[in-house]
Parts: sequence; structure tokens; C-alpha cells
Amino acid sequence: MRRVAVIGTGITEFGELWDSSFRKLGIGAGLAAVEDAKISAEQIDAMYVGNMSAGRFIRQEHVGALIADYSGLVKDHVPATRVEAAGASGGLALRQGFLAVASGLHDIVVVGGAEKMTDVSDTESSMIQSSAADQEWETELGATFAGLHALIATRHMHEHGTTREQLADVAVKNHKHGSLNPKAQFRREINRDVVLRSPIVASPLRMFDCAPSSDGAAAVVLCPLENAEKYAEVPVEIVGSGQASDSLALHNRKDICTMSATRVASDRAFAMAGLSQDDVDVAEVHDNFTISEVLAVEDLGFFAKGEGGKATEDGRTSLEGDVAINTSGGLKARGDPIGATGVAQAVEIVTQLRGTAEKRQVKDADVGLAQNVGGTGATAVVHLFRRA
Amino acid sequence: MATAPRFWRENPSRYNLVGFKCNNCGNHYFPPRIICPLCRRKSVGKIEPVRLKGTGTIFSFTEVHEGMDEQNMQRPYIVAMVELDEGARITGQVIDCDARDLSIGTEVRATLRKLSEEGSSGVIHYGYKFIPLCNGPAASENE
Repeated sequence: MRRVAVIGTGITEFGELWDSSFRKLGIGAGLAAVEDAKISAEQIDAMYVGNMSAGRFIRQEHVGALIADYSGLVKDHVPATRVEAAGASGGLALRQGFLAVASGLHDIVVVGGAEKMTDVSDTESSMIQSSAADQEWETELGATFAGLHALIATRHMHEHGTTREQLADVAVKNHKHGSLNPKAQFRREINRDVVLRSPIVASPLRMFDCAPSSDGAAAVVLCPLENAEKYAEVPVEIVGSGQASDSLALHNRKDICTMSATRVASDRAFAMAGLSQDDVDVAEVHDNFTISEVLAVEDLGFFAKGEGGKATEDGRTSLEGDVAINTSGGLKARGDPIGATGVAQAVEIVTQLRGTAEKRQVKDADVGLAQNVGGTGATAVVHLFRRA
Repeated sequence: MATAPRFWRENPSRYNLVGFKCNNCGNHYFPPRIICPLCRRKSVGKIEPVRLKGTGTIFSFTEVHEGMDEQNMQRPYIVAMVELDEGARITGQVIDCDARDLSIGTEVRATLRKLSEEGSSGVIHYGYKFIPLCNGPAASENE
């Protein structure tokens, strides 16, 4: 297996981008990544595009070919593959790109992720997101995507004493980090009261516990590590990649306060990298809801089960904490264009490890982690990165 | 809008809580599956359809205020994950009660209700919802 490096990154602004189409967003991120890697189109061997539901958001399927076409890559008939695993689509596209380069099949691969969510109403968007859960045995019985995460939150508070305030602290921290990220959808700090007074979505979760609907795209360029210095001043190696599946429906899991898929994907990534949690300086985790970040920091092994809320409250996950979690603002503040999210996480980690994260830079960041989740934890993808 | 067969084919489970028992490991599951997720190939030929009693306790619950067209008329509504007496867990609405009166561990039983309808002249979907046991057994209920 060959070692793989990230040699270019690109990301669009995230938000309600009324004047940007899906294809404009995808190409914007892709061109920026290719320019950053200083490669030419002729060098690209393959492309992977993470996208959850273009068919329902913009009534367009076959978006791998679409992005290849509008990127000018069909002149050379570059193979383009769409990758779907609901919220984990982007992370999984990255893993496909990683596998393609590691295997020796391809040398230069572009991995993109894109979603255009705001061409449909909020209710429609919420229903599309709910289709990541079990449509026949959860959603159609009334369980929304937020509702399922509320079931997790209620149970986590019951079993581990996690407080409503600690959940709010996740949003407060991520908005603070978002205020330092010029590409974030929300760049305004909030306090606990803002979260606790926002309208209830599914009790105990309120509006400010939920990541927004967003438009946006992100891309990275991969190549074998041995060639990376030709393209990048500071190449970043992907030192570990892990993926795991779990039951589609939340009710089929014995312990709903743990995302076993995250645990297993993380174990696999750490084993591949030969690293441990103590080595990680910065991590992007899948905070589609505040409770999800609490579970993530526990299941990734940064804190013991039940300690995630307390660790957040104590500032141990902030920029200056033990491990800086979601320096980009996370899904909550940077935004969550579903298929783009996993790739955007990789862009943030590479930016941190290159030392170019400016106001939100984690000092001497050497090792970073990205955790991307599909559904209520039926798919998890974890990647570990290290400055080469 | 989904076609009628998509709902119709699940009616035995939606109306009568038909799950299955794996006679290899003895576990109950809902809804039916072709093979047991634990025993896999060893369960072939040992899957027995079982009508679950519909009584159990609340494992977790939430009051949903936002997010779904089909339930909009009923908002807010309560959704719970119920642990049935046979051991299987199931997700559904809890009705005829106030969220403040519920807690983890509250005993509930299943009942048949309207789940949703497709527009004013479309198909009406029926299925299970749950009622707290402390509301007492309603004699008029058709279970």
C-alpha cells in the first residue's frame, strides 16, 4: 500500500447561497483545490464526489458526470464517481480517493463534496435529512432526524447526567470558533441564553442545537506521498482511514448513547496510523446536533463515556483545550452542506496542520482527526492526518 | 407521493405488530427480517413470525415540534423508543398524554391509529401508536 498525501484544498463559502447553483459550487471548490495543488487538468486520474441527495434537493442525479463535465474533465474522459452515505458521503468519498491512490491504481485524485440544500423549503430539507434514518420504521412513524437525536440526548442525560447547559456549551464553543473562520456560515458568537431560549425543535433539542441547512462545496487533491513535495510546500499525510457500519435504525442498537460505528472506525484508523488519542492536537467531529459532539468526543476516545458534556463545559474541547474540537465552527457554525461536510472537515484539518488557520490556529498542530457520520450512526468514517 | 403497495405490504406489522423470533438465539425483533442479524445463516429456516404483545416501557422519548409535513396537523407530538416486553425495541408516537407526565420507564401499550394521510383525498395510513398504561385500558379500543 502506498502512503497518500493531501496536496491541495479548496472550499466555497457556506450558507444560503441563493445565486449559486450546485454545479457552480462544486466547480468553485474543485478549481480552488487544483490551483492550490498547482496541477493541471491533464494530470487528474480520477474524481470522487460526495453527495447525499441531489436527486431530492435539486432533482438531479448522476452528479459525478455533471461535475466532471463542468470542470472540463470529460475532454480526457476522467472517471468520476458519486459516493453516498448520507451525512458521511464526503468522508467516504475521501476514503475512496485514499484507497485509489494507496492501491497504486491512480496517482492524482480529486475528492469533492457538494450539496445545494436551500432550493427546497425548510420542511422539505428536514424530511430529506430524515431519509438517512430508517424511512419505513422510524421516519414514517413520526421520528424526525432531530427527533432521533433527541432520543439519544434524553437517554444520555438520563444515564450519564449530561445537562441541558452542557449541550448549549457545544453550540457556544462552535459559534466562537466559527466567528474566527471567514468561510463559516455563522460568524457571530452566542451565549448559553441564546441556545436555551431558542425554539424547541424536538425536546430537549432547540434550534441552536441543530446544524443549519447549507449550500456549499469542498475539495482536496491527493497524490502518493513520495511525489507530494513537488506540489505542496507542506504536504499532509493521511496516516489512517477507518470506516464502519451499524444498524440503520437507532432502536436496533443496544446502547444508544454510544455510536459503535464511530468507535470501530476510530480504532481502525488509529491502528493503521500507529497513533493514540493523546497524539491528536485538533479534530473535526460530526456535530450535526450538539448531543452528537458529546457522543463523538467520548466514542473517539478523547474522554470517558459520560464525560463529554463536562469536558465541553470545562473548556477542554476549545481552541486552548486538551484537544481542539471543531476549530472551523463545526457543522453547527461553519455550516452543513451534507455531502460537502466530510471533505470540508479534511480541508480544515489540513489548514491547521499547514499552520495557516490564522486566528483559529492551534499551536504546533501536528496530528489531526476528522470524524464524519451518516444517519444516526449507521455509517462512520474516521481519518487521521499528520504533517509530512 | 408514495404508491399504496409501499404501505400495504407492511400492514401486517403496522396493524398487528408482527415481528419475528429467531429460534436459533431466541431473540425477538421488529419488524420482520429474512435472517437474524446475529445468527445470520444459522437462522435460515428458524425465523418464526410472532405477534408481539405491544406492552413495554419507554426507553427514551422526545416531543417533536418541527420538521415533518405529514404530522404537521398534530404538532407537537411525542415520539418514543419503546422496549417491548419481548425485548425488541420499536419507535412510535405516544398519544393521549402530556410529555410532562412521561419519563423513561413509563409503561405503555400499543394501539391502532391513523398515522398520516396523503392530501384530502389520498390514501390514509394506519399503524401503531402507544398509550401510557396508567391511562387505563380503553374498552372501545380495537386491538
